[in-house]
Amino acid sequence: MNLTLHIWRQRGRGSRGAFATYPVRDVSEHMSLLEVLDVLNDQLISRGEEPVAFEHDCREGICGSCGFVVNGIAHGPRRGTTVCQLHMRHFRDGDVLYLEPWRAKAFPVVKDLVVDRSAFDRIVQSGGFITARTGSAPEANSIPVAKETADLAMDAAECIGCGACAAACPNGSAMLFVAAKITHLGLLPQGQPERHGRARAMVEAMELDGFGSCSNHRECEAVCPKRISVRAIARMNRDYFMAAARAGAAGGKVSG
Amino acid sequence: MALDPRIPAGPLADKWTRYRNTAKLVAPANKRRHTVIVVGTGLAGASAAATLAELGYRVVAFCYQDSPRRAHSIAAQGGINASKNYQNDGDSPWRLFYETIKGGDFRSREANVYRLAELSANIIDQCVAQGVPFAREYGGSLANRSFGGALVSRTFYARGQTGQQLLLGAYSALSKQIGLGAVEMHPRTEMLDLAVVGGRARGIVTRDLVTGLVEAWAGDAVILASGGYSNAYFLSTNAKGCNATAIWRAYKRGAAFANPCFAQIHPTCIPAVGDHQSKLTLMSESLRNDGRVWVPLRAGDSRRPAEIPADDRDYFLERMYPAYGNLAPRDIASRAAKRTCDEGRGVGPGGRGVYLDFEDAISRLGRIVIEDRYGNLFEMYERITGEDPYSAPMRIYPAPHYTMGGLWVDYALASTVPGLFVLGEANFSDHGANRLGASALMQGLADGYFVVPYTLGEYLGGTRLEAVTTDAPEFAAVARVVQERTATLLGLRGKRSVDAFHRKLGAILWEHCGMSRTAAGLTGAIEEIRALRDEFRTDLRVPGDSGDLNQELEKAGRVADYFELGELMCLDALAREESCGAHFREDHQTPDGEALRDDRRFAHVAVWGHTGDGAAPVRHVEPLVFESVELAQRSYK
Repeated sequence: MNLTLHIWRQRGRGSRGAFATYPVRDVSEHMSLLEVLDVLNDQLISRGEEPVAFEHDCREGICGSCGFVVNGIAHGPRRGTTVCQLHMRHFRDGDVLYLEPWRAKAFPVVKDLVVDRSAFDRIVQSGGFITARTGSAPEANSIPVAKETADLAMDAAECIGCGACAAACPNGSAMLFVAAKITHLGLLPQGQPERHGRARAMVEAMELDGFGSCSNHRECEAVCPKRISVRAIARMNRDYFMAAARAGAAGGKVSG
Repeated sequence: MALDPRIPAGPLADKWTRYRNTAKLVAPANKRRHTVIVVGTGLAGASAAATLAELGYRVVAFCYQDSPRRAHSIAAQGGINASKNYQNDGDSPWRLFYETIKGGDFRSREANVYRLAELSANIIDQCVAQGVPFAREYGGSLANRSFGGALVSRTFYARGQTGQQLLLGAYSALSKQIGLGAVEMHPRTEMLDLAVVGGRARGIVTRDLVTGLVEAWAGDAVILASGGYSNAYFLSTNAKGCNATAIWRAYKRGAAFANPCFAQIHPTCIPAVGDHQSKLTLMSESLRNDGRVWVPLRAGDSRRPAEIPADDRDYFLERMYPAYGNLAPRDIASRAAKRTCDEGRGVGPGGRGVYLDFEDAISRLGRIVIEDRYGNLFEMYERITGEDPYSAPMRIYPAPHYTMGGLWVDYALASTVPGLFVLGEANFSDHGANRLGASALMQGLADGYFVVPYTLGEYLGGTRLEAVTTDAPEFAAVARVVQERTATLLGLRGKRSVDAFHRKLGAILWEHCGMSRTAAGLTGAIEEIRALRDEFRTDLRVPGDSGDLNQELEKAGRVADYFELGELMCLDALAREESCGAHFREDHQTPDGEALRDDRRFAHVAVWGHTGDGAAPVRHVEPLVFESVELAQRSYK
């Protein structure tokens, strides 16, 4: 099949970007969208032009490196799928695709389709962990966890930190990302001692980094490649309000 | 070259305890005066960095990804072994040790492997405490599954994403230390060389992948946890960015390289389609718990799988290895698959594939159970191939997956350059000539959480180190070499892209240094690699410059290293005139086609030393001494 790609080209963080148009011919239905970009880049290099920069690594949908917006949808049209796993059999000959980077205030563009998601790391550093000094752990089976609880924790823990949720949100909110971690750790018995402090610290770090608030559009859930449910956000808010109440602070800071 | 493995004296089961009891310690007030550089933030690197920071060391860590959470450990699917014996099925540290040593075809060090088996239980405790959501039984206790090469059920798992969950556990521990200021983390930063001062590893030189800034970092010890080199084959299950540059540059600064030809070809991967294929995807070995591997009995049988009756199918693993069946070890299962395809019985495009069939399991257990166990893997398969594995069997074929070879280390995980420690897949230490499934995660975390925190203390506590800063002339010299290398790559005004060369190099290695090797093939491959490398050095095209994000430049540096490493892999495979584990020399096989070891001549680690660019490397030997196990021919029949 033949495609027309309009791809966002931007030299660097401060510079202006614009769409550039590239026709791509003889695309096989077995290729992934990233492999189409590989082929395009090979052609650009042979013409002495700079290839399109895009983030990718495992190409198995698990590392969370890849991600850009395809025709207005983060990770493209297939639900529960990262762009590295988006294969061309889902497109038709003659299709026109607009590829652009995540658009969120907290994710500045580094180059072309690559953005800076270090804000996510800072949120985790603020409290997205269970403190367990190496060597101090009790016997693993001394902490029983009901299967249902472990399964629910795992559902939330599947988050790959790709940033699609924040990119899809009209408010550029990172609530699904933060809520997934709070849910994963807060459901488990091991996570109880730090539960409320964790929620408070992570929510505050999120706001500090310029992410917006939730106004229930649920775009995040729709584009999440791991199909994490917005129910996590309700849980996060509960833990956050509890934390705020315990600290004696006014509890109205978090919307949503 | 001094190759003393420095194995503690005493009975096998007491060695590690003895080591810990007598290892030198660094006083708490002195720990914060020591800077430790950690390269790589996968399971080994992240767990080491977090643990060393907890202990009070100043840690500076680096990874090439945009976040330490993305290291390729994350893609490990099936599970992690531990000799907990929760199933009461007869497991013990000794049994895990023995199966690992046997699985490695008796080409690993007893003491290291025993320590790994011993520490495996602590890893599970540690990970559970961190909140890793392992699979559970209804009663709330931890669940287990079986893996290849084992007759007990000792593999712990988190759906098909065990690596992800373990890595996120280590990443969260690391993140806590970053938040506390105990670890200085540098993502998107690639180590491009090692600085050796006064004969000791005292720092590294890096390139910032966004700004292009080349920078030197000084420390009291350097830890490499930068993973393996399967990407030398171009098509492998590794992430696209995985590379050997850190270990290769260390090799060229004096760290010896052990068993470079020991590369694991994993039997269950999605077959390649067409010329555009950019990488291969693993389908977890855990699938062989319930999936049955087969091909048509007769060559040329082109019926659809559902139309082929049981009598016309060859469940070749069950037929050849009745004791282990579909859970035969990886090297053996891969060779058997290759052989059936060579006989013309392969399925799918090009006849390079065998079926992995869940029909029986689905009718025995029901679709819901299979979905619960492997749902995400089935989904991944469907995404990539467009075929539904619930209704038709998967097609799989072997692919490069893991490298048992790596930098040589002693019992303390110290390389031949004092002060340079190597952990996880980057070292050679624990898996011999073939790694058993669910053992890579175990090794990475054992090295990082539980081994190097002690052995680093022994080194720093027992060594008087001069104060060294990046003002030392050695750093400027190394940085200059790095900059010249970059300038050379950018200065080539050729026509071909990095990938074009890498694909060709990979094809040579796959053909001649893959699942099956011959002396003539390897000799020819070395010539081909050299010729292609000469072309690479004149006809390469790297657009852009070094002052910003330049992904082609990153790849070019890595592929330049693969050319040299690829040649060393072939040299090593040529010199090892025996078959063992994944290293199968066609001229050394038993009458029924199994690997035929030559213990008299090759019960040793081959350890290669660099002697200068363009000069032939020297092959040294570390004899393997077996005090506790008897060398036997591996049998899975």
